Amino acid sequence: MLVLVSYDVSTREEAGRRRLRRVARLCEDRGQRVQNSVFECLVDAAQWVRFRADLLTEIAPEEDSLRFYFLGNEWKRRVEHIGAKPSYDPQGPLIL
Amino acid sequence: MRKLLNTLHVMTQGAYLHRDGETVSVKVDHETKLRIPVHTLEGLVCWGQVSCSPPVLSLCCESGVGISFLTEQGRFLARIQGPVSGNVLLRRQQYRLCDGAEGALPAVRMTVTAKIANSRTVLLRAARETSDPQRSETLRDAAKRLQWIGLDASRADNIEIARGHEGLAGQEYFSAFDSMINGDRDAFRFQGRSRRPPLDRTNALLSFIYALLRHDIESALESVGLDPAVGFLHADRPGRPSLALDMMEELRSPLADRLALTLINRRQVQASGFTIQDSGATLLEEATRKQVIAAWQTRKQEEIEHPFLNERIPLGLIPYTQALLLARYVRGGLDAYPAFLWR
Repeated sequence: MLVLVSYDVSTREEAGRRRLRRVARLCEDRGQRVQNSVFECLVDAAQWVRFRADLLTEIAPEEDSLRFYFLGNEWKRRVEHIGAKPSYDPQGPLIL
Repeated sequence: MRKLLNTLHVMTQGAYLHRDGETVSVKVDHETKLRIPVHTLEGLVCWGQVSCSPPVLSLCCESGVGISFLTEQGRFLARIQGPVSGNVLLRRQQYRLCDGAEGALPAVRMTVTAKIANSRTVLLRAARETSDPQRSETLRDAAKRLQWIGLDASRADNIEIARGHEGLAGQEYFSAFDSMINGDRDAFRFQGRSRRPPLDRTNALLSFIYALLRHDIESALESVGLDPAVGFLHADRPGRPSLALDMMEELRSPLADRLALTLINRRQVQASGFTIQDSGATLLEEATRKQVIAAWQTRKQEEIEHPFLNERIPLGLIPYTQALLLARYVRGGLDAYPAFLWR
């Protein structure tokens, strides 16, 4: 399934900037960055549980926020991209 | 059933693959072109001048991603696979079965029969699709002869005889192959199978697709814990993946030949997409190679009903399901190996 992960991490203090880097790192390991703090992650149910738990341990809930959008397996019908920075289709032919 | 994951083909010459966290990152001229989380991959194919850092190799091996190195033309060079999966007992049982003629015979019979049946299905399907009555006739005749050879093969009482039937069927099939070509018949004329090097466009296309199929089959066999080097039908030879070649026999016509024919007949590959060298050797040009791989990857997503499992699975998982069934047969969980029969 495809999960859209977006986050807002407060960068007022050094600790926040550190959290931001770590959250970004986790997301980069699991999916592709489609916009600044928006990631599309293709994961199965088990991978998702793990990934979600990893994210939750990183953030500080009083200051930061995370949002998950579940786009399921039929995500291709639900996503439309317009403009710059085209993404790759993680299920389509990957030829470079 | 397992999920069909993606295969990354890196064809840009001079590309460098390195590990970045849990992702495979592709750099060309110090610029990152792509970053892919390793959990979405099941295979990595490097074409020609593509280098991989040791960390990316270990990342792939840990995550069970098979890596193949091919020449730019698609000739196989090497494979890297992590620690052998599955268990020793299974492999020992495989060696025992392959050593004893009685043990191997049922599997050989099934494979050869399935190969013949599948080539026959491909011929008949082409016969229905062609508008030329004469060629349709040729194809139906060949299919009829294949049916008889298949019947004999299913009753073969030793491996040599089964191999003979296989050879005969192959000749029969390839002698009618030209009649299946509806596209640019002049450019893609087929006069018998030639390889190393392929001498015409159709042969070049076939060889290329067989290399793709072989990568998938070898990965599938290793992932269920079988040894791709020890086969039933093909004799052992150093460096030869005999079991993978065995499995190719049954899957070749439905998965590879069919795709080659579609590409030619729908004019998705053009005569101009090939280079013919002075020696007669025919090579695919880069754009054609990319087109073929894209078509191969897309076709792998098509779903079919597996004839034995009665379950809808993507075509790309067929090598894997057949490897699973073969492992189950070797272990003794199945009385016979249910070879893949395409309807």
